[in-house]
This record gives sequence, structure tokens and C-alpha cells, in this order.
Amino acid sequence: MKITFDWLKDHLDTKLKEDKLLEQLTSVGLEVESVENLSAGLELFKIAKILKTEKHPNADRLKVCDVDVGEKEIKKVVCGAPNAREGLITIYAPPGAVVPKSKVKLVIAKIRDVTSYGMLCSESELNLSDESDGITELSSKKFEKSIGKSYFSESSSNLIDLSITPNRPDCLGVRGIARDLVASGFGKLKDLKEKKIKSKFKQTVKVKINKEKNQGCSAFGSCLITNVKNVESPQWLKDKLVSIGEKPISAIVDITNYVMFDINRPLHAYDAEKIEKGIIVRNSKSGEEFTALDNKNYKLEDGMCVISDSKGVLGLGGIIGGTRSGTELDTKNILLESAYFEPRSIRSTSKKLNIDTDAKFRFERGIDPLSIEDGLNKASLLIKEICGGEISKIDIQTIETNKIKNIKFDTDLFEKITGFKISTKEMIKILEDLGFKIKKEKKYLKLTIPTWRPDISQEIDIVEELVRITGYDKIEIIDPIKERTKSTLTQTQKLFHFLQRAVASKGYLEAITWSFTDSNYNDHFKNKNKEIKIVNPISSELGVLRNSIFSNLIMYMNKNLDRGLKDLSIFEIGPIFTGSNPGEQNTVVCGLSAGKRSRLSWIENERNVDVFDVKRDVVQSLVEAGYNSDKFFIDSETPNYYHPGKSGRLFLNRGKDQVAAYFGEIHPNIIKMIDIKTESLVGFEIFLDNLKLPKKTLKDQKTKFEVSDYQKSERDFAFIVDKEVKAQDLIKAVSSVDQKLISNIKVFDVYEGENIPENQKSIAISVTIQSSEKTLNDSDLENINNSIIKTVEYKTGAKIRS
Amino acid sequence: MSDIKNIKNDYSTKLNKNLSLEEINQIKTELFGKNGLISSQFKNIGSIPEIDRKKFASDLNQIKNELQNSITNKINEIESKKINEKLEKEKIDVTLPERSFVRGKIHPVSQTIDEISSIFSEIGFSVEEGPDIENQYNNFTALNTPDNHPARDMHDTFYLDENKEILLRTHTSPVQIRTMLKDKPPFKIIAPGRTYRSDSDQTHAPMFHQVEGLHIDKDINMGHLKGCLNYFIKEFFEVEKIKMRFRPSHFPFTEPSAEVDIGYEIKDGKLVIGEGDQWLEILGCGMVHPNVLKNVKVDPSKYQGYAFGIGIDRLAMLKYGINDLRAFFDCDYRWLNHFGFDPLDVPTNYRGLSR
Repeated sequence: MKITFDWLKDHLDTKLKEDKLLEQLTSVGLEVESVENLSAGLELFKIAKILKTEKHPNADRLKVCDVDVGEKEIKKVVCGAPNAREGLITIYAPPGAVVPKSKVKLVIAKIRDVTSYGMLCSESELNLSDESDGITELSSKKFEKSIGKSYFSESSSNLIDLSITPNRPDCLGVRGIARDLVASGFGKLKDLKEKKIKSKFKQTVKVKINKEKNQGCSAFGSCLITNVKNVESPQWLKDKLVSIGEKPISAIVDITNYVMFDINRPLHAYDAEKIEKGIIVRNSKSGEEFTALDNKNYKLEDGMCVISDSKGVLGLGGIIGGTRSGTELDTKNILLESAYFEPRSIRSTSKKLNIDTDAKFRFERGIDPLSIEDGLNKASLLIKEICGGEISKIDIQTIETNKIKNIKFDTDLFEKITGFKISTKEMIKILEDLGFKIKKEKKYLKLTIPTWRPDISQEIDIVEELVRITGYDKIEIIDPIKERTKSTLTQTQKLFHFLQRAVASKGYLEAITWSFTDSNYNDHFKNKNKEIKIVNPISSELGVLRNSIFSNLIMYMNKNLDRGLKDLSIFEIGPIFTGSNPGEQNTVVCGLSAGKRSRLSWIENERNVDVFDVKRDVVQSLVEAGYNSDKFFIDSETPNYYHPGKSGRLFLNRGKDQVAAYFGEIHPNIIKMIDIKTESLVGFEIFLDNLKLPKKTLKDQKTKFEVSDYQKSERDFAFIVDKEVKAQDLIKAVSSVDQKLISNIKVFDVYEGENIPENQKSIAISVTIQSSEKTLNDSDLENINNSIIKTVEYKTGAKIRS
Repeated sequence: MSDIKNIKNDYSTKLNKNLSLEEINQIKTELFGKNGLISSQFKNIGSIPEIDRKKFASDLNQIKNELQNSITNKINEIESKKINEKLEKEKIDVTLPERSFVRGKIHPVSQTIDEISSIFSEIGFSVEEGPDIENQYNNFTALNTPDNHPARDMHDTFYLDENKEILLRTHTSPVQIRTMLKDKPPFKIIAPGRTYRSDSDQTHAPMFHQVEGLHIDKDINMGHLKGCLNYFIKEFFEVEKIKMRFRPSHFPFTEPSAEVDIGYEIKDGKLVIGEGDQWLEILGCGMVHPNVLKNVKVDPSKYQGYAFGIGIDRLAMLKYGINDLRAFFDCDYRWLNHFGFDPLDVPTNYRGLSR
């Protein structure tokens, strides 16, 4: 909502200054978004006369004009306007002036080799109207004597742009804003003493509101003004509209706009002669069409509130009028409409048709239903004053009487909610200033809510009015008490934080990427999940919710590699989506590592990152989060976006529980399709929602401290096994022999090739044997040795290598 | 007698020469071997006349000790010389680069969430979460924003179905609804998380982060709200004083509602929080609307309290001098490395939020 202090003063008696005003507006909840001095620099635009025009030597359409700008020197100005002619009085802008519309600063410029000192302006360039066909034509009678003077009068009132919250339609009119200011002690509200229409003539256009279901119009007021002459608005009216950044059009349009901005009362003017046999306000039928004043043709659905006549739709009530009945400069008889339209109806229609107008913006927030007459009185009298004519009596059709809302307000509630006190007297003063009617009853106030405040319906709303006007700075700070009765994080949330920092400590940079992604990328990683489309995405590249974090990570990894960076590790912890219902999501830690380790190192051998790097990161992170790696079970079944031979799946326990993590090389086909240029690309995913919380807390684990000081011995074994046999199986077989005595098992060599039969391999392990009860003697060790060999051979089909 | 003196003199002279370890060992054998010169003399002690025997034995022992010491010293001398020679050869250029070590980083938004949680933890808030996909009831209707209410226009919403029933939550406020439906009052929670709105430009991202706060009890009023936020802002920006302004505003789910601005100034091109006469909006808040409480079956005549919503990304930008919101989600490795935090920097109360 744009206002000026000058306009406010039409409604407000105050001696306070503008800086105080700005503070006060924000403090009562009418936030000042910006303050702009519209007229700054406008004094440069001068009334000028063209003395002579010549054809431009190098351009057919341009003229070189000699212009009298009231100075000694005649200015040479190049101009392309067809109406630039000798003797024309127009508006001249010198070099240095800023054109209001384009905001371009003028300079002395050569136009096709002829130097032009400034510019002759069209009305459009000056934001005076939409007229852009030629330069401004001023009447020589009026302006002959003003040559050299500034065209714009010296109104230096700043344009104040307010952000009005949707609950305050009353402040979409200057008077509503003035009323809030008055309540807060910023002056006195002026009594406008509005005149009323005194007429003997009846309004002869018949108006009917159809009584039907979901009728969007509950009252329709109108009056007829005959024999008017639509003219240009007088200067005061033009100035008023220009001061808030609006363009004057013609007196009738300007007057309806003025009334709307002044008292928040949208009106509509029809050319009465174009209405066929009276007005019917009704629901539209599907398929009806009309051309609106924005020159667009709208096809209507069932149930939209339309103003119609016997020929069809004239306009959408409260939203936009139609061209068929629009007023023009030669309009003689005007029907002025002042109606009440239901916010819900306005909103649903304008959403469906995608129309936004000043009237719609106001009606959908709620207009004062009792302003119908005020609007008609104010506008029609102005029209008569400016355009002449005769005004009829006001006709108001209603299908519903307006209900007056009352609230019984318990004055104690104020302190209960705000924590501070104000007297009942203060409360009454504020509420009266805001337009409430009040009856005091013991500790209650019986309030009648002003009709322009649709936002107020219960006691808490009264508290808001009172505290907002009193000032939020009166609320006393109550310092919080530092006490905690419940733990801040749940176990699951702690796990999230542990894993996040555990993975970061392994060399991965944490990224946060969109929860949505490009379906082309998502397709590679969606596995068995179904695609979840966003109905209205920002762009097609962000069209689906991600089924995996990989899609985004790989895309961004690629971008980073394209920047010439190498050997990168990034990860993200966040949601992936498995369905489109609330809750169908999982939290995943997803990491991606590209390139080499120890590239160009003088001391270490460089190598590609591989499966065992990411496996370490997964296992170690889970261990840090509190899981026992002795129980981990790994197999090689992984989704199709991993390399089928170089990837693994990890379970916290062998058995029923869900997949804890995948790790491995990204499938070469995907690397090829996405065209990533790196030596190696490996990744992992840990599924937080699949992790059963560790049973033992750290506290439990610490209480048990058991070590053995008896001698330990290390024995090495080399087994020959089939290629398919997994190291994990061998290790599990060994440890199953005697978990009390076997304290550690290490694989120290895996070998295939010479001396080993085809399709077989040799796995060498070192086993640490130690008792917590005694030093083992030779025969004890011999027994264990034998039983390790026997068990491994039995369980895995291995042969001990002699 | 003169024999052993001669031996001593001879060998002392020998041992003063430059000798190799082998030569010293040779001398050692010559003197103290089974038939060595000194060893033989000890065997002779018995044949020395009684009168002289004691003195002879004592002289012999003395000579033996002297020679032995000389030998040991000589050996030590040679060994230490050898070690020094070896060390001299082993000298390396320690200015060569060390073995590589890479530690990752925590994203500034994650770090900020941890900081926020740590601050609110001190005053008794616990952390709640809710799903990113919501139904329109939890996101709007239950929050006193019925269908066809202009306030819905304030949120450009991503929808997952044509009927606009399922959407990506536009704020973290639906977590209020879920929490209050699930448990019984009092409530004292914060809910950080991802939120989504379909606008995208220099200062808006289609996804951003919010933290919701909710405190409902029997007597929680606007003074508590002001106190809580005043405490939070001071702790978060780690400043002694903060200029804070509560300004009336409107949210359908709170009444009265406020927006909170903090004072700032630009000093040497840098934004300084807490002082100055410029205002920066950082959060919205208010007293939970009785309609919302009714919707979650909490009796508004018995319980009341406040709620707030803070933009996390905005806070992180202000605190850590990050200019561009879009960069948060652009995943530029160099940016992540520069603005990211060491995973060992866990924000805590006793150690301070940040180093």
C-alpha cells in the first residue's frame, strides 16, 4: 500500500514530523518497506516551446528542433516524435535529468552525427499516462506564459510503501491507516462531514441479485449519473494519484481509483447505455465468455460471480469489468457500482482465472460492507463536480443483512497474555479510537466490532489490538530459567549427529543439496522406488523428489571435477523419498569419493580410491556410532547403480535385520552416461532408519574392563580355498572354534596364481590365541591349531597349505 | 713386579693409539684372555713370596682395573664415533611435505543447527522432527490458515498431487501440530529442518532451513517469548549486548504476532550485529492462536504459550559473513572447504559455540 504524508493529512490532524510517522507506522504493525522521493529531480523538467523543426540530415524519421526553454540560449534537440512541430508547447528534459519511466539519466549525445542537448518527453516517459505515440502536447493558452518553468508542481511528499498484512484490509485505504495512527496517539482523526446525494430522480437501471447457492455477492449499491462529460482530471486529482505512483487516465476512472485508495472502497463505473435491460448478479455457467478491461478473453466455469445483463456477462464482480460496458471519453450516462463480494468467492475465481487487480486484492481480504453508500456519495459528487451531470438516488439491493459482531472481552486477559498491565481506561480509549463501540460491564467490556475489521472475531484479537497500539516495547523481558527436565536429543537424533561428524572426520566435505532432483539423474539411482513428481516444480531439472542422494551428489561431483579439482570426497546426510505420503522418507548418509589417494606424492605410492576405502569409512563410522564390528555381516548384493562385482551390503548382524549400508564402485555404465572424468568413483549409503539403536550405551561398555596378562601366542595359517569362498566365512569359522581363546584374527595375504590350482586362492591369516585363565602350554596350543584347521576345512572346504 | 708395570706401560701406550674395534678386542684377548698377560699374572699370585704377595695382588688388581677402564672407554669412544658418523649420513630434509591427511568439514547450516540446539538445550527445549512431505491440513488448516485464505499466498507451495492435498512443507510449523497431537502439555520444543517454497532468485532458494520453537504451559506470556528470543540472539551471535525490536505483524497461527529485527551497522564494509541504527528482520513469532490449540485438543483456557520460526540459513549468513544464499546449496568444493567447520568443533555450552 502506497501513501504519502500529505494524503494522510486529509484524514489526520497532527503536528508530528515524517520521521516520527515512519517510526509509528512500523510500531503499530504497518511496516514501512521503503520511502522514496518521487519528485526528486523532477524540477529539471521544463515547459518549453518548439521554435523551429528541420529534417535530420541523416535520418528520415528524425527532426532537429530549436527549443525555447526560457533561457537565453536556444537548445538543439533531436526528436523522433511525429507531432513535434513549430509552435508546440511541450516538456523538455535537460542533460542530467532522469527519465521517470526508464530511470535513464540523459547525457549530451550525438544522434546520427547531430548533437542533441536533452530530450522532449512523451506522457508515457513521464509516467503521466500511457500515451507514447508522440511528445506531450500542452495547451498554449495555459502554458504560453510558463515557458522555462518546471512542469511538475513542488509536492515533495515522500512516497511511503507499507507492507500491509493480509488481515488488515482496512489499511488498504488511507483513512484506515490514519485511524491506527490516531489510536496510537499520533493526532486526531478528521471528521470528513461527507455530503450526501440529494436527488429526486430514481435509479432506473434495474438491479437484481439472484438468490442461489454460493452467490458471491450479498449487496449491490448503485446510482446513475446522467449527462456527464468525461474529461481529463483536474490537477489536484492527477497530482494525488501521481504522488502514490498511479497514472491518471480520465476523470471518471481517476475518481473511482481515488475513492478506493482513500477509503478502501472499490467502485466500478459502467456506461449505462450499454447495459441491456438491467443488471443481474448471478453465478456463471460453464462456457460463458467475456472480454475484460485487460483486453483478455476469459472463459468462465460454473459458479463464478458475474455481473450480467440480458446479453450476457458484463464483468466479474469485484475482480474486473468488461470492455462491452466500459466507460470511455464520450460516455454520457454512468452507472456507478458499489457492492459487497464474498472474499472466498473472489479468491477462488481469481485463482482459477489467474487475475490480480486492486479491487480483487481488496475484496478477497474483506471490504467494509457498510461503505457502500459512502463510496457512492463520495464518488458521484466528485463526478458531478468535475464532469457535470445529474445524480440519481442510491439503489441498494441486498440478499443478506449484515450481521453486527459482538465480543465480551475479559480485561484480565490482556495481562495474562502480554505479561504487563494497562488500565481499563486506556483500553477503552484505544478501542474507541479504532472504532469499537463499548459498553463496560464489571470486568468485562462488551464490544461491537467495527464493520471494517473482518479480522477480529475473538478475545485474543482484542488483546492484539491493545498490545499493538500500546507498543511491543512495553512488554517486559522475562529471562529464561536454565533448567532441563528432558534430554535434548533422542537416541536416534544422537545417532544422526554422531554419523554426520564421523563421516566428516574421514575426509568428506558435507554438502547440502536440494531434496528434489533431475529425473534423468534420479532414474539411474531410483532402484526399485517409484518416481515422485512435483506438480509445480521450479524447473524440469528439479522435477522429482530424490529416491537417492547419489543423483545430486554425482551431479555436483561432476561440476567440481569440471572445475579442474581432483581427488574429492563429499557427503550429505538427509532425506530420500520412497513414496509421496508424509513419512515415506528415510534418512541416509551418502558419501562419494573420486580420483586417487596420494596423487603426486614424493613419499607414498599413488593409487585409485577403491571399495576398501569406502568400506573402511562405513565400518569405522558405524563403530564410532557405537556398533560392534565383530557382528557385522557383509554380502555382495547391491542395487544396480553399483559395480556388480565391486560392491557390498552391510548388515549390523547376520540374520533378519535390514540393510545398514551399501558401499562400492559406482557402475561404470552410469559413469559413462553422466560422463564423469575421474580415475575412480566410489560411494556408500548408510540407512539411519534401518539401524537398530545400539543396545549398550557407552556407559554400559565402560563398566566392563577385562584384559588378560597371560602369555599370548600368534599362529599363522595359509588355507587354499575355492575362489568363491569369502574371507568373512573363513574368519567366522576360525572365531567359532573358541571365542574365549581366539582374541584376534588378521588376514595378511590373499594370493592367486602360480602354485595355486586354478579357481582357487590362498588366504593367509594370523590368529592370536590367549587365555584369560592361564598360560597355554604346547599341547593346549596344538589342540587349538588342529581344531582351527579342522573347523575351517570342514566349514569352507579349505585345505591347509603345507 | 716390573713385569706387570711393563705390561701396563706397553698397553697404555698401545691403547692411546688410533685403534679399530677389532684391534681393541685383540688387545682385550691378549690381556684378559684365558692365557692373557694379566690373567697369567693372576695365576702366578700363589708363587709370589708371602711378604710381597699382598702388594703384588693389590698392584695387579689396580693395573687390571686401569687397563679394563681404558679398553671400555676406548670402545665407547669408537662406538659413539660410529653412531655420529651414521647420524651424519642419515640427515634428511624435514622441510619435505608430510604424509597427507584429509579431514572433512561440516556444512555451515549443520553447524548452525547444532549451535541453535545447544543454546535452546540450556533452557530446557528438546528437539522434535517432522516429515518433509506434509498434508495440507498440518501445513495450513490446523495452523488456522483455511483454504482460500489470502495468507496461503504468502507461501508459494510445491504440491505433489493435483488436488493440493499433499505438499512439501512450507515451514516447520506443522511439527507443532504433530508434537501437540502426539503428546500432552506442557510442550517445550524446537524443530529444525528443511522447508520448501517455490520461488528461486538471488535471495530465495526453493529449499531452505527453519527452526520452529514452541513453548506451551499454563502461564507462558509475551514476556517469556521476548526473554527467550533475547537470550537466544545474544548467545547465538556471541555478543554481550543486542539491539532487538519487536514489531507487530500477522501470522494466522499466532495472535498477537510479531516480527523481530536486530540492530546492525556496516563497519569497514562488514556487517556488525548488535549495534547501529539499521534493522534486519530475522524471525517471526507470537502467542499460539487459540484456534490452533483447539485443533490439537489443547484447552486454550488452561494452556497458552508462544511459537517462533527462524530462518537458519539467514542466521548462518549473518554470523559467518556469507553473502550468497544460493552458494549454500551449490556444492562448490572450494566453498564447502572454506565455510565448512572441522568435525571436532562440536558446539557446546562449556567450551563455547565457536572457536
